[in-house]
Amino acid sequence: MSNYVVQGATGDFEVVIGLEVHAQVTSNAKLFSGAATDFGAEPNAQVSLVDAAMPGMLPTINAECVRQAVRTGLALGAEINKFSVFDRKNYFYADLPQGYQISQFKHPIVGEGTIVLDLDDGVSKEVGVERIHLEQDAGKSMHDQHPQYTYVDLNRSGVALMEIVSKPDMRGPDEAGAYLTKLRTILRYIGTCDGNMEQGSMRADVNVSVRRPGEGLGTRCEIKNVNSIRFVRQAIEVEARRQVDIIEAGGKIDQETRLFDPVKGETRSMRSKEEAHDYRYFPDPDLLPLEFDDAFIDAARASLPELPDAKKTRFMEALGLSDYNASVLVAEAETADYYEALLAAVADKTGKPAAGVASKAANWVLGDLYGALNKAGLAITESPVGAVAGAELLALIEDGTISGRIAKDVFEVMFTTGKNASTIVDEQGLTQVSDTGEIERIIDEVIAANPGQLEQYRAGKDKLIGFFVGQVMKATGGKANPGVVNDLLKPKLDG
Amino acid sequence: MTDLTHLSIADARDLLKKGELTARELTEAHIAAVEAADALNAYVAKTPELALEMADKADAKIAAGEQKGMTGIPVGIKDLFATKGVHTQACSHILDGFKPEYESTVSQKLWDDGAIMLGKLNMDEFAMGSSNETSFYGPVKNPWRAEGSNRDYVPGGSSGGSVASVAGYCAMGATASDTGGSIRQPAAFTGTFGIKPTYGRCSRYGMVAFASSLDQAGTITRTVRDGAIMLESISGFDAKDSTSVNLPVPNFEAALTGDIRGMRIGIPQEYHLAGMPGEIEALWHQGIEWMKQAGAEVVDINLPHTKYALPTYYIVAPAEASSNLARYDGVRYGLRKNIEGGGLVDMYEATRAAGFGDEVKRRIMIGTYVLSAGYYDAYYLKAQKVRQLIANDFKQAFGKVDAILAPTAPSAAFAFGEKSDDPIAMYLNDVFTVPASLAGLPGSSVPAGLSAEGLPLGLQILGKPWDEETVLKVSGVIEEAAGFSAKPEIWWR
Repeated sequence: MSNYVVQGATGDFEVVIGLEVHAQVTSNAKLFSGAATDFGAEPNAQVSLVDAAMPGMLPTINAECVRQAVRTGLALGAEINKFSVFDRKNYFYADLPQGYQISQFKHPIVGEGTIVLDLDDGVSKEVGVERIHLEQDAGKSMHDQHPQYTYVDLNRSGVALMEIVSKPDMRGPDEAGAYLTKLRTILRYIGTCDGNMEQGSMRADVNVSVRRPGEGLGTRCEIKNVNSIRFVRQAIEVEARRQVDIIEAGGKIDQETRLFDPVKGETRSMRSKEEAHDYRYFPDPDLLPLEFDDAFIDAARASLPELPDAKKTRFMEALGLSDYNASVLVAEAETADYYEALLAAVADKTGKPAAGVASKAANWVLGDLYGALNKAGLAITESPVGAVAGAELLALIEDGTISGRIAKDVFEVMFTTGKNASTIVDEQGLTQVSDTGEIERIIDEVIAANPGQLEQYRAGKDKLIGFFVGQVMKATGGKANPGVVNDLLKPKLDG
Repeated sequence: MTDLTHLSIADARDLLKKGELTARELTEAHIAAVEAADALNAYVAKTPELALEMADKADAKIAAGEQKGMTGIPVGIKDLFATKGVHTQACSHILDGFKPEYESTVSQKLWDDGAIMLGKLNMDEFAMGSSNETSFYGPVKNPWRAEGSNRDYVPGGSSGGSVASVAGYCAMGATASDTGGSIRQPAAFTGTFGIKPTYGRCSRYGMVAFASSLDQAGTITRTVRDGAIMLESISGFDAKDSTSVNLPVPNFEAALTGDIRGMRIGIPQEYHLAGMPGEIEALWHQGIEWMKQAGAEVVDINLPHTKYALPTYYIVAPAEASSNLARYDGVRYGLRKNIEGGGLVDMYEATRAAGFGDEVKRRIMIGTYVLSAGYYDAYYLKAQKVRQLIANDFKQAFGKVDAILAPTAPSAAFAFGEKSDDPIAMYLNDVFTVPASLAGLPGSSVPAGLSAEGLPLGLQILGKPWDEETVLKVSGVIEEAAGFSAKPEIWWR
């Protein structure tokens, strides 16, 4: 998959991709004002005097946003800059009240880091992170509220964003998709961004260029504000194709900002060169340079949970999970959390070491539980069967109280009624029969009732043992312990 | 009793304390004086009802034994300080009708201490000017006239309304702001005492921004002691301004000991300008003599980068202004000019074309230019480096001296129109005040004499960062030595 190429009439082209991800910082208040940041509030309900750029209002830094940016940098193994500077990026727009965005230009808070992509078939690839800087979001212009006027909602104005800039290290839509997925996973693990692309709390600017293999970097175009991973992939595909067509027709790529239209499946130029912005960056004189000490960084580091890559390694090495299972389980923090709680409870109930039940627990989460959740359209955090309840069910299988097959039925009832496993097993009399005397009696009855099959078996058709097992299970309503049945049946059949 | 409007803040404070005067009486006298002084054009908004209400509260405070330095003292507020529910437009057309929902920290501190607001004071538009001629509300007239003349003179700027109201007995004190000399130069032109504290001493919260790295609030009063009392009231750390500094505010009045024996006073050689009027040089020499007579040691010092201060200032200040003034776009408040059938950009252009005066437009254009791609390094970045060199000059000088003595302005007040057609000539007015603004230092202007024409002249005292006390102490000695007792003839009532 890393060999993504665009086939042109004159040969193959390679695609070079860099991503600038704008991630809304998880914090109760905006970057430079005390206003709230909840999604979905009434327009202009979360606007302070600072956000509305009233005369004489001044920004003051929200320390929590700084802490979150530092935590993000640490999670990406990046260098943390103890000295950084806020700059003003000047331009006019109706939803930009100050007439400038406070951002970081020359001295960002976080420097170079790395993200490891998990590609298909277990291949991984490192993508460099160039920098992360903090900046303010703009408000929202609403053009569909009035025939003549544009309405402006400033709820987002001043909300803290981290701009996470990758190096141009990606070579195809799959890698770009894997980068966004992995970045989102990490941000969600550490709780610095909810990664919710539909609500706009994570958006990507996609830089795309093409070149013939072995050539230097081509001229790039920046596709602004793409708001889903699927659209990012589509945008790269159509933009790369567009650029290849231009080059092959003898044209040149203009470095420009473009917009992806998912309906038409094309990118188009956003503004002409005459409107090219000169942002006139300069250090914001209302804010002192941002400085913090090692203790601040150490505290941020200490607050980080186990990160997905480390967790995956541990799942494989300490618990013996397969690469696939481990990858899927760590992809969402909530799934990993569920799994770990489940595993701990199973180990606790059965008295077995976690590694001894880890694979079974993983298979159950990714099989029965995921199947039921998908069918019901529920997230794992909304599961009617919690980790402890699930553990009880798995422990019943483990100690031989019920069989794996019965467990599937019990789980279905648990999922729909919310009852716990032992209650259902008791109510429905599903306890597995392991009493050898009882099973022996039934075996004797079954053998006596099927003399023809016994004769054939003894004549050498030993596959018929399956028939006898089935009959015994049927007679016990599936409750007989299959292991015990096997152990007792064979000597009796063999006579 | 004599005219209450001629009292100093200190004297009024003592009379209020003794119960020989009420805040209401004092306020009523000032309201009448303000009403009678329309000819000065010092006030752009008057708040007499509010003033009386505040006066009654002040009297109650005094009766309850809670009097502070500014309790019951009627003052004027420069129009660039936000005052809740009251005209706040920085004397610009573009802020038409703007009445904020908030109070500036500086004015709030005055109200917390029981001071009384008479109204909002005229100023150069967005504090850009040295003669108060750029105000949308028309120029302020200097209460002073040349001897035997009926000609009107400028009060200086940008705090023209502040100085005219105080010199013209329409306020006992006034807030002002200094970006490049907007407190000291107009104080010198009107025989008042102006002090600008160290950058970071007063909060900028609620001050309409001109150039954020330079803007600093200060006061205009008729005496040094009054300045100390009022400055103490408005000073102090404010978490709402990231550039305000968390240091305790000294008792400024206590610094006025009159004793500068053994103090070393620096005389910057670069401030001897070619072509400077002889009477300015003479006054400066007189000041040096006063220092010596008071037992101070006078030391020649060098501030070698002085000649670069004005060009540096006229890059840094417009650059910040061009960005600070971007918010006046017609979208949220103030003036909006809609163009029939036009779009957003048309509205911006029409609004800003109509809303800003020529000087403001000039500075926005200069600022936009020096920040532009390809020019940033040559202008803005270079200017920031030179600014650092200028600050270093002062730092070195203050290794040798405790304060610096210089003229405040290169001339006395000039007549209207004399310099308004020549921006460069106008900018030269700030030649002695701009360096200290760039370095963020505290500075004052003390009335020290009269020009040959009978117009006031000031001497400037500069101090080390956070050492307003020495500035006040030296100012007090000059005031005492000068015995400046001249008063403008009251022609405006």
